[in-house]
Amino acid sequence: MNSTPPDLAPHPRPRPSPQSLSDLFVSFTLLALQGFGGVLAVVQREMVDRKRWLTQEEFIEDWAVAQIMPGPNVVNLSLMIGGRYFGVPGALAALAGLLAVPLVLVLILAVLHARFADNAPVAGALRGMAAVCAGLIGAAGLRLAGALKKSPLPLPWCVALSAAGFILVALLKCPLAWVLFGLGGLSCVLTYRRLKA
Amino acid sequence: MTAPLHLTLDWADWLNLFAHFLTLSLMSVGGAISTSSEMHRFLVEQHHWLTQEQFNQSIALAQAAPGPNVLFVALMGWHVGMNAGSTGAALFGVLVTMVGIMTPSTVITYAAARWGHRNRDLRAVRAFKQGMAPIVIALLLSTAWIMASSVGGGVLVHWPLWLTAVVSGLVIWRTRIHLLWLLAAGAVLGALGVI
Repeated sequence: MNSTPPDLAPHPRPRPSPQSLSDLFVSFTLLALQGFGGVLAVVQREMVDRKRWLTQEEFIEDWAVAQIMPGPNVVNLSLMIGGRYFGVPGALAALAGLLAVPLVLVLILAVLHARFADNAPVAGALRGMAAVCAGLIGAAGLRLAGALKKSPLPLPWCVALSAAGFILVALLKCPLAWVLFGLGGLSCVLTYRRLKA
Repeated sequence: MTAPLHLTLDWADWLNLFAHFLTLSLMSVGGAISTSSEMHRFLVEQHHWLTQEQFNQSIALAQAAPGPNVLFVALMGWHVGMNAGSTGAALFGVLVTMVGIMTPSTVITYAAARWGHRNRDLRAVRAFKQGMAPIVIALLLSTAWIMASSVGGGVLVHWPLWLTAVVSGLVIWRTRIHLLWLLAAGAVLGALGVI
């Protein structure tokens, strides 16, 4: 594998860019530590608005790929940003920055929590936070639903596919692989046919 | 409350866990959280390696802590190891689950980012990109539903928890309020025993 693939190579015009692998690592560590309940929005603010390592257009393009590929979106995004400047080592430095310190913090939290788990207010607080998280994940689904209007598929088809997926996974507890490859495959084939024009 | 688990895990079990997270990584379109319903089926319902409380708390703690939400996977590995009896096993659980969930998706994404960038106008690339959208949405809504039903139980009995989930979902969807405020509000209401 080339260390700097041509299509991820730095742009010719001068622009701010990470100075070294440790610059990437530290930048992504600081960025990760600012993100409670998700880091994606912080990536946009830090990488595009403040550091200008990416233009708005590049961010949107990378984000679309990060979104459709398997793996956490923000992890995929960090891989692509790191890889854009330093190839595979850059991708790994960005990934390590994103995960290392937050991993230690979350384990410390888990240990503290285990010590206080029998405490009723602590258990209640976690129950309340879990309810908020359920809302957060649902809201992410609703926010993405706006993108269905731009789908080549008619909106009712999209809604039907989403509803079928929800019934299969949430209510009938079908294994995810069936839904992803069965229903997802069907959806991709339908989209492919509509894109013919 | 479910009783604490006391597990004996042999190498075949660890390997099974690792293989399962490798597979989940390949399926984690939309983020690792979209596969959490499958993790629940595997860890809680099928193998009983994790209690329902531990499952919920892994997700809630990772949301409450700074950093990417995928760290909830590390917490699940941690709890499985703790259920097997030691901090060493817990750290090993973190290693197994995190390396499992990260490796396949990372390799594929890196390769695909290069390939997709060169071929972004191909019909098949556009069909995949736009065709998966309804499914990703369905998976997120399913996860929200499963989380709410596991913390809330029946809608009628535990309506304040469901109400909290629905209200916070609407607020997050419609406003740009910082998530920390809502998590703090949920924590306070829960700690006071209101919900």
